[in-house]
Amino acid sequence: MRNSLISQVESKHLRANPISFEVGDLVDVHCRIVEGDKERVQVFSGTVISRKGVGINASFTVRRIVNNEGVERIFPTNSPKIEKLELRRSSKVRRAKLYYLRDLTGKATRLKEGAPIVPSDAPATDTPAADVAAAS
Amino acid sequence: MSDNGNGSLFAAILGRKVGMTRVYDAVGTIIPVTVVQAGPCVVTQVKTEDGKDGYNAIQLGFHDVKERRSTKPIVGHCKKTGQTSPKRYFREVRLAAKPSITAGSTIDVSSFDSIKWVDVVGTSKGKGFQGVMKRWNFGGQPGSHGTERKHRSPGSIGGGQGTRGHGRAIKKGKKMAGHMGVEQCTTRNLALVGVDKENNLLLIKGTVPGANGGVVFVRQAKTARDTAQAAK
Repeated sequence: MRNSLISQVESKHLRANPISFEVGDLVDVHCRIVEGDKERVQVFSGTVISRKGVGINASFTVRRIVNNEGVERIFPTNSPKIEKLELRRSSKVRRAKLYYLRDLTGKATRLKEGAPIVPSDAPATDTPAADVAAAS
Repeated sequence: MSDNGNGSLFAAILGRKVGMTRVYDAVGTIIPVTVVQAGPCVVTQVKTEDGKDGYNAIQLGFHDVKERRSTKPIVGHCKKTGQTSPKRYFREVRLAAKPSITAGSTIDVSSFDSIKWVDVVGTSKGKGFQGVMKRWNFGGQPGSHGTERKHRSPGSIGGGQGTRGHGRAIKKGKKMAGHMGVEQCTTRNLALVGVDKENNLLLIKGTVPGANGGVVFVRQAKTARDTAQAAK
C-alpha cells in the first residue's frame, strides 16, 4: 500500500543489517549518545514488551526496573543511534504486546525461557534469571 | 533555473506531492519530510522586459497530456517551443533580471542542488462548509451559564445602524461560516533536506499544502532566510 517512491526514499535510511529480536526477549540496546562534542555508548537493557510499525516507522519498547521503578524506553528500530542490539535471553510469550507486565512486580514478571540464543557475539552469561525485576 | 537580479540562480519547479515519511540526518535525528516528485518541467515561454510583455518571467509547463485531451490553444502554445506533447499545468515565475534560459529548455530538480530553503505553493485540502470556530478560530459561546444551542455560533455579526458606514447591513468581509479549503496556500521557508535526481524527488522538511497527489509549486525561498542562516 505504501507508495513506491516513498519506499525508495525510506530504503536509504533503513538499517543495512536489520536487527532481529522478538517481543519478550531480554536485550541490551547499545545506544550512541552525544554529550557536547564527545560521543559515547550507553547500554539500556531490559525486556522488549512491544514492537510496532513497519519499515522506517518501526519502533520497539524496552522495559526494565530501576530502583523499584518501571522504566520504559522506545527506540526507533532503524535509528542509526542504535549501535547494536545484544540478545541476552529469549522468552516464550503468547502476546504481541506485553503491556500486562506493567501491572506486575517481582517474581510475577518472569517470562518462560524460550529458544536458546545462538548468536556469535552473545555474552557468555549463564544467568537467564537476569530478569532485573526478579532481582529487586 | 535562470538568473535573478543578483546574478544568482533562481530555482522554481512544478511537481506533485507524493506523501510524507521520515528520514535520518547525519547524526541520527529523525526529520519528517514531504516527498515531492518535481518536474522535469519545460520552459514554455520566456517573457522579457524589452519584449512585448514588458516584464521578465519564464513560464513552466508540467505533466504531459495527449493532444486530444488538451485544447488547441494549448497545443499550439506548446508546439511553438518545439514540444511534442502539450502540458497540463503552467506556472509563471517572475524574475528580476532578463532570463538567460531559452524557451523549450528543461528544468529538473538538479537546479535545487545548492538550495537550502524553499517555499511551497499548493492548494489546501477541501474542508467543505465549516463553522466560524474551525474556519476563523472564533472562540464560540460558553458551554454553560445559560447558553442554549449556541455553543459554536459566531455571536453578534454587527449592530443595527451606523456600523462603519454599513448601517443596517453586515460589514463586507465579515468572517462567517462557509466553504473552507481548496484555496491557494503557501508555506514559506521549509528546509530542503534532499534532492533525488534519479527519481526527480525533492525531500522537504515538514508539511506542504494539499492532499497527496496534488500539484505544488516549489521555489527557492523568497525571504532572506538563506542568507540569514549562512551568516550564523
